[in-house]
Amino acid sequence: MSDTTVLAMDPVGLIALRGPLDVLAPAVEAETGCARPAQRLSTAANGMRVMWMSPDELMLICDHAAAPDIAARLTDRLGDAFATVVVVSDARVLFELTGPGAVLALASLMPVDFARLDPAEVRRTRMAQIPAAIWREGAAWRVMCFRSVARYAETLLRGAVPA
Amino acid sequence: MSRRLRTGGRRIDRSRPVSFTFDGREMRGFAGDTVASALLANGQLLMGRSFKYHRPRSVVGSGPEEPNALVSIGEGARFEPNQRATVQPLWEGLVARSQNAWPSLDFDIGRVNDYGSKFLPAGFYYKTFIHPRPFWKHVFEPLIRRATGLGAAPTEADRDTYAHRYAYCDTLVVGGGIAGLVAARAAAAAGERVMLVERQELWGGRAPTDGATLDGQPAAEWVRDSVQALGAMENVTMLLRCEGSGVYDHGYVLCTESLTDHLAGKSGPRQRLWRVRAGRVVAATGAIERPLSFAGNDVPGVLLASALRDYVVDYGVSLGERTVIVTNNDDAYRTAKALLAAGLRVPAILDVREGMNSPLVNEVKGMGVRVHAGRGIARVHGDGRVTGVSVCAQSGDGTVLQEIRCDCVAMSGGWSPVVHLWSHCGGKLWWDEARAMFRPDADNPPTGADGKGFVSVIGAASGALSTAEVLTDVADTLGGPAPEVEDIAEGPIRQVWTMPEGAPHKLRAKMWLDYQNDVKVSDIRLAAQEGFESVEHAKRYTTLGMATDQGKLSNINGLAVLADRLDTTIPQVGTTTFRPPYTPVTIGTLAGEARGVAFQPLRRTPVHDWHENHGAHWEPVGQWRRPYCYPRPGESHADAVIREVRNTRERLGLLDASTLGKILVRGPDAGRFLDMLYTNMMSTLKPGRCRYGLMCDENGFLMDDGVVARIDDQTFLCHTTTGGAERIHVWMEDWLQCEWWDWKVHTLNLTEQFAQIAVVGPKARAVLEKLGGMDVSAETLPFMAWTDGTLGGFEARVFRISFSGELSYEIAVPAGQGRALWDALMEAGVEFGAMPYGTEALHVMRAEKGFIMIGDETDGTIIPQDLGLDWAISKKKEDFLGKRGQGRDAFRKPDRWKLVGLETIDGSILEDGAYAIADGTNENGQRRTEGRVTSTYYSPTLDRGIAMGLVARGPDRMGETLRFTQIGGEPVAARIVDPVFFDRDGEKQNV
Repeated sequence: MSDTTVLAMDPVGLIALRGPLDVLAPAVEAETGCARPAQRLSTAANGMRVMWMSPDELMLICDHAAAPDIAARLTDRLGDAFATVVVVSDARVLFELTGPGAVLALASLMPVDFARLDPAEVRRTRMAQIPAAIWREGAAWRVMCFRSVARYAETLLRGAVPA
Repeated sequence: MSRRLRTGGRRIDRSRPVSFTFDGREMRGFAGDTVASALLANGQLLMGRSFKYHRPRSVVGSGPEEPNALVSIGEGARFEPNQRATVQPLWEGLVARSQNAWPSLDFDIGRVNDYGSKFLPAGFYYKTFIHPRPFWKHVFEPLIRRATGLGAAPTEADRDTYAHRYAYCDTLVVGGGIAGLVAARAAAAAGERVMLVERQELWGGRAPTDGATLDGQPAAEWVRDSVQALGAMENVTMLLRCEGSGVYDHGYVLCTESLTDHLAGKSGPRQRLWRVRAGRVVAATGAIERPLSFAGNDVPGVLLASALRDYVVDYGVSLGERTVIVTNNDDAYRTAKALLAAGLRVPAILDVREGMNSPLVNEVKGMGVRVHAGRGIARVHGDGRVTGVSVCAQSGDGTVLQEIRCDCVAMSGGWSPVVHLWSHCGGKLWWDEARAMFRPDADNPPTGADGKGFVSVIGAASGALSTAEVLTDVADTLGGPAPEVEDIAEGPIRQVWTMPEGAPHKLRAKMWLDYQNDVKVSDIRLAAQEGFESVEHAKRYTTLGMATDQGKLSNINGLAVLADRLDTTIPQVGTTTFRPPYTPVTIGTLAGEARGVAFQPLRRTPVHDWHENHGAHWEPVGQWRRPYCYPRPGESHADAVIREVRNTRERLGLLDASTLGKILVRGPDAGRFLDMLYTNMMSTLKPGRCRYGLMCDENGFLMDDGVVARIDDQTFLCHTTTGGAERIHVWMEDWLQCEWWDWKVHTLNLTEQFAQIAVVGPKARAVLEKLGGMDVSAETLPFMAWTDGTLGGFEARVFRISFSGELSYEIAVPAGQGRALWDALMEAGVEFGAMPYGTEALHVMRAEKGFIMIGDETDGTIIPQDLGLDWAISKKKEDFLGKRGQGRDAFRKPDRWKLVGLETIDGSILEDGAYAIADGTNENGQRRTEGRVTSTYYSPTLDRGIAMGLVARGPDRMGETLRFTQIGGEPVAARIVDPVFFDRDGEKQNV
């Protein structure tokens, strides 16, 4: 199991979008090619991923440097609609877990029924004492949490991976 | 003498000897032994001393119910006290020690408590150690603590690690005996996700020990096949050494899995806490045999009949050569069979019943065992171990009819179903008079969110007695086929709660109910006599059932004695509450990963590492750590704060303000929304400008403050206090989602998106101009304005706001740039004398300016008007949160305590929280007060103590002198002054 690894990822671009999903989704699809994600799921295209966060919130993952321009274009596309687009790339950090022990490591920290988790699901949950979100990226798992607790999150994940 | 038998022992592997030590003596056992069975095999019957009387004790049980055989296991960083020897697996090199004995287990001075036991009845401590009062804390309690108690506390930090695992299933079966195995198979066959946990290291429970036959197979073979079948199913998870510890609401169950407690080579987590969410819980937790209450029932060598059977059959160990069996039911006859089969002698069975005529009794009689009907034990002879018993009539007063020489007594007072998991969440019980047991009341289960029961109890745990009954019960509860078994009818039990019935006090005072806490029949009777009639009161008065075994053996016997004494029925007395965990769980297991650096999340700002590398003395603020000050080598914290204040006032100070809450509020209704949230008007704020605002709760109490910046027509950025960020964001969403759901407003918590650095002091503008790229002049960027731009190459938003009274800018950049900006400012600031300052300097400077601090000047009972903040409360607005609340009469009283400045006459510093003393006393005889200190500091700027406080009619009493309390000293005189101590006209910040 020692081939299970935890990697603190380089910064990615994160854009929070709030508004009616009927309004947000077409703009996001036009900009990124990512289709509208169903409840709790995510879709991906062109190296980007759009995640359903709540009934009136999406989050777009993209290249860190490109995020401000993408956000500006999304704002333009949304025009006068009641919608908010904000770059939040620096507010969160991502970790990548790979290897056969990844699920058990995560299951030791978060109340998630992994057997019943949709392959495209983004689960916003709790990792020990902090909020966190997880999803699959190919064979790997992504863990996202707030920036200020990145050190704590890394300690948790490294402690949970079997030696 | 206890010893290892030549044959037998289904749990042990005689080909694998194991050595261990007990109180330093080398001993040998076998793989599969428990510490208890290994000690018995080595002739070590004595295993501990009782809690109060220091009586010699040995095993009375063979499992988790054991009250006596508590030992300390391990050494150093793996030392653990109070482990039950009956469940502690043996491993090579294990170190066990006895407890609560001095100087040694064999000769314990504390035994004098026993010889004087007639002076130590229940309630003794409460009655005796009352006077003189101070003696309890300083004399009596330390002495009593030394004289009583169990194992010593560990002295080193636990070296082991512990893990958690979240798990989900449709059905969780707790208990892997035949009932649990059949239940798991039924649920698994129905396609459910099944978890099956078993406390022990073998499947099958008691059935293989007691020799049942299922589907024509011996129990052991049937169990093996069942386990194999279950193991082959993908939808079944099976765990051995895993105890169902507690059942909680919504099908949440904690199970404790032991991972290394049975291993000599320990690596990885020691235990795993399974945090299971189960659709339903099936408790197949079996039953525990009850002791009988006769004089001397705690002498080493007296034990439960089923436990003796376990030692003989499971471990190949005997406690003695001649065992007298005393019983009120048929089951104990199985012990006679097991003993005879092992070549041991049974000189007599004392059966309190008359006219027994069941197959089991007749079979044992046929083996030549003498059965004495209607007889019981008057008393047990022997001290360190059993030497014989006096026989009496159960219905009599203990008149001795006969003496029988023996070295072991096996007792059976009937069985108590293990209903704990059923009861943890409120499942009710009913008293089965015929079986003499509390059983789960299927009509009153613990209920889930749907109002339906989510726990069911099967097998012996539900009160089924025979194998046939157990299997019928499982089939009835879960469906599916029941294995075929031969049903052997048993004779009825006879309820016996004291032996003999008419025992005088002298005998009752030696009948142990709670072995671990040394509670006897006489104590319960005394409790009843003294008016502790409720079972909960009697429990607390006598400590019955309050030891680490939680009364697994004693509770039913105790409440039966109480019922008898009160002349009422057992169901009327009822049981005490069953609470989790079923057996003690190590705190480390519950804590899991939450230890050391992961004990609690520590929030770090983007500049945290710099602070750490520059010797910051930390102050916890919420889960953040903020620098309190940056002491230099040889500098006290107080001196560091003085230096930081002076440097900021005279030159240039830098503050990491990244922790402040930053909430984006955006939408067509954003202005209207903020007008409701803040007491002042925000909708009139012009883009590019900032305004200080107050937030109150519905009752009008001040709960947060901060600067609001208007970004554009639809967008505001609201700064909150550090501790308020999450709370205020939730507060906003609460109103938007629940009350004003049709308002078009979005909120986003951007606190962590930005690093924010305050650049403060006369040289603040100079250092920003040196970085260059933005016009930060007074004309372009006046006080309470903000602007976006590129500052020294950083995309930045610069706010011209001040919490210190100095020329001050707060610069926000994306968090990833925060450290680089800080470094750039420190470097550019060298020529201006830049120094970082911490939260204490911040506090001092704001107090010098009379600025309030949420949490200092406010405590949840303060309205803005109390703090002289009327100017920040809009008179024009029709409504805002708190407006109605502030209109209440109590807030308009002229004698409200209101904010003032306080200056001591002698220049000293008032104590934080000190009260202003008024004349006279209140109705409680306490000194009246008329104010209190809310903030107090040494002001380096003014070189004297300054304080703020709330004083009755304070603002109307300027110049008056009040006296403030001082702990351990004379009151201190202080004058009421304006709360703004420094630069009243704001000349320094408005440059």
